[in-house]
Amino acid sequence: MMLNDEDLGAILLTLKLASLVTAILLLVGTPIAWWLAHSGSRWKGIVGALVALPLVLPPAVLGFYLLVLMGPHGAVGQITKALGLGTLPFTFGGLVVASVIYSLPFVVQPLQNAFEAIGTRPLEVAATLRASPLDTFFTVVMPLARPGFLTASILGFAHTIGEFGVVLMVGGNIPDKTRVISMQIFNHVETGEYAQAHWLSAGMLVFSFAVLLLLYTLTPNPWRKR
Amino acid sequence: MEGIRANFLLPFPDFTLETALDLPGKGVTALFGHSGSGKTTLLRCIAGLERAPHGFLQIRGKLWQDSEQDFFLPTHQRLLGYVFQEASLFPHLNVRKNLEYGRKRSRFIHNPQGLEQAVELLGIGHLLERMPDKLSGGEKQRVAIARALAVSPQVLLMDEPLAALDLQRKQEILPFLTRLHNELAMPILYVTHSPEEVTQLADHLVVLQAGKVVVSGALAETLTRLDSPLAQGKEASTVLQVTVCGHEPEFHLSHVQFAGGILSLPYQQQTAIGTTLRLRVYARDVSITLQQAAQTSILNVLPATITGMAHDPEGRTMLRLNMGGEPLLSHITRKSASVLGLEKGMQVFAQIKATAIL
Repeated sequence: MMLNDEDLGAILLTLKLASLVTAILLLVGTPIAWWLAHSGSRWKGIVGALVALPLVLPPAVLGFYLLVLMGPHGAVGQITKALGLGTLPFTFGGLVVASVIYSLPFVVQPLQNAFEAIGTRPLEVAATLRASPLDTFFTVVMPLARPGFLTASILGFAHTIGEFGVVLMVGGNIPDKTRVISMQIFNHVETGEYAQAHWLSAGMLVFSFAVLLLLYTLTPNPWRKR
Repeated sequence: MEGIRANFLLPFPDFTLETALDLPGKGVTALFGHSGSGKTTLLRCIAGLERAPHGFLQIRGKLWQDSEQDFFLPTHQRLLGYVFQEASLFPHLNVRKNLEYGRKRSRFIHNPQGLEQAVELLGIGHLLERMPDKLSGGEKQRVAIARALAVSPQVLLMDEPLAALDLQRKQEILPFLTRLHNELAMPILYVTHSPEEVTQLADHLVVLQAGKVVVSGALAETLTRLDSPLAQGKEASTVLQVTVCGHEPEFHLSHVQFAGGILSLPYQQQTAIGTTLRLRVYARDVSITLQQAAQTSILNVLPATITGMAHDPEGRTMLRLNMGGEPLLSHITRKSASVLGLEKGMQVFAQIKATAIL
């Protein structure tokens, strides 16, 4: 085995982080995407732009602001301290919060597209068939948007696994707490352990390719042809 | 209290929907108008899919909207069935599950056999296990109608259910709609821009123009009102309810009776004596004579009184006739009207060249 215990720890931590972040993203991203798809509010443009910001912002910038905000003198830091949670930077929790924000557009946008593609007609049909809005969401929207949910989950998961800049700023490099795969590759390169770096990097390469392959074979949406 | 009262005021940038309607609580009411007349918007207001800022809506004694009290029953709590222009079946459910979707969510099912009845009425028993994308356009629309019926609605709302179909599919569905009309007790509001569908299905007619109701009343009455948009030009026609009263197979004729007298029709071999038929009589097929001609090849000559006249700019005259209480239209040339000296109140004879059975 070419992977040492530290490598395995980093892999496990990364998978744990990505799974948790994906679950949170689906819960948080779904209402945001629904609102963006259906609202006529004038705030829509602003919220859409805020959600999409991580797509274009350098991760270091995002990480820096999160670090400041969640630090002992930041607004969020004050709140978490007051709640007795301490401060979030350089903890696993801080990494989760940062990753959720960083990967949000990768979940919201496929969901928003899926909701927009469904349109309002199926919702109206469901209403005339006595289904309440919540009932309609679970029995009509979720099944019809399944490809969108799949894409959102895969992208959210994969993107969380691949991040580096935000982790570097917010998480640091603490084994089994914040040292994820990308950090571990960086460590190996820093210390000249190219063989180790190769193993992890090749693993990431294969994983990323497999994810995208999965994505492209699962879509296009079989129900879109109507 | 069994009827439908629908008063709405809903402004749009290009027109305002403004209605104050009292509609019967049974039979088919056609909401007729050209595109942009507001007929679909009116139906959507009744369904609650659109919320008119000022509205009062009461359906068979139950209040659905009253903006005075700030009361608006959401669509999913209204006991209605709605058929959209496109079938809009749920693509992820098979036909059976589409049919059961609304039924499972209906707390007040008056009719435990409703689902089987709807399936039978629309002839879709053989399609139950299919997915919607494996159905033809006509089959999809039949399933959509059955799905709306299966919830045992208090009122059935249909938004141009045939408009998206080609002529052949229309012909496939129309007989099922006629069956609905004959076999269901619930009122049906039927949006259409087709005079054919109006004459074939409706008992009551509401004509909308630019968001306003221009005509509303019983079908025969409204079809023959000379100011009604339907009583203009070549396609103007009347509908007569008649009863079959005899057959003459040797001449290939059948006889039917209505308030205005007895008419002869092409032989209706399949139709028993006593059966009620719906006839469409085009105004262009009705001519006028002052005396009952002793020798004429036209079989159907009946006494009538002229109750109205309207001249059009193309040298034609539309006459409204009364035949034993039944109204009829006659479209003749203005010259004939002048030569015969026709006037309101005159006793004449109407010669009916042809009738179409609906």
